[in-house]
Amino acid sequence: MNWIYEPWSWYVSGPLITLVMFLLLMIGKKFGMSSNLRTMCTICGAGKTADFFKFDWRAQRWNLVVVLGVIIGGFIAENYLSNTIDVDLNPNVVTDLQAKGFNNAGNGYMPDMLFSNDVFTDPKGLAILIIGGLLVGFGARYAGGCTSGHAISGLSDLQLPSLIAVIGFFIGGLVMIHLIFPLIF
Amino acid sequence: MRTIIYLAIGIFFGIVLFKSEAASWFRIYEMFQFASFHMYGIIGSAVGLGIIVVQLIKRFSIKSIYGEKISIAPKEKSYSRYILGGIIFGLGWALAGACPGPMFVLAGAGYLPILIVIAASILGTFLYGLLRDKLPH
Repeated sequence: MNWIYEPWSWYVSGPLITLVMFLLLMIGKKFGMSSNLRTMCTICGAGKTADFFKFDWRAQRWNLVVVLGVIIGGFIAENYLSNTIDVDLNPNVVTDLQAKGFNNAGNGYMPDMLFSNDVFTDPKGLAILIIGGLLVGFGARYAGGCTSGHAISGLSDLQLPSLIAVIGFFIGGLVMIHLIFPLIF
Repeated sequence: MRTIIYLAIGIFFGIVLFKSEAASWFRIYEMFQFASFHMYGIIGSAVGLGIIVVQLIKRFSIKSIYGEKISIAPKEKSYSRYILGGIIFGLGWALAGACPGPMFVLAGAGYLPILIVIAASILGTFLYGLLRDKLPH
């Protein structure tokens, strides 16, 4: 059972994600994480400002419970199910990232430059996290779904809109990494 | 009882996202550099198996455990909202290195700065709600 404590390979992880989607379908729900962000807006009272948020959020309470579980799952996996959290990246990517100032590339799960607590006093790092979050939240709702709703659920159902959205995800990601990153790092 | 099922599925999903490294900023960067098969393997195998599962559910009209018909609601027909929204999402996905599932995984794993990303993504969702009628859909 030692493999559990190692990073999981793609051919274990991918089918397990399908299992999550299948389990949700079997209990009459659908797989989609970003709709929780809308529910959170509604709980905060956004329905007073925009009709988009006027809905009975209690119907979405189940999905918030899933999110709570995801948070707990992250805690369990990091603290009790991992010998190492170092990500075994392509050596060329490690060199490339270190040249950009990401000193702990290949060492750890997240880049210290953006995800250590030092970022709270680093205006550039904070700006990156805030802009990244804004784009993810705005884009996910505009596109009507994120990686779980479109890339996994929608593509599994062979829906053309989901394919268009996923192509958009990749255009955006490639533009960010190849055209915008050289300007900011 | 149902609440416990939702919680258990969430915990399982959170563990899978963390252990697969799909929640790692580094893996997202590496994916957009086409420098590893790892993320493509995860998404590809999840979708490949997902297509089979959904087709079987439809072919055999499999019902949920509560006896209801299973259906994935078809997304409304459009082009602009999916490509434009998708590109905006992709820009943020690559920059923050996290999409809405992994964000919460990272919060649980104790990376406090992700809370800023989560708060900003809620704000981004709110801004979409405000501007929705002015955007091409």
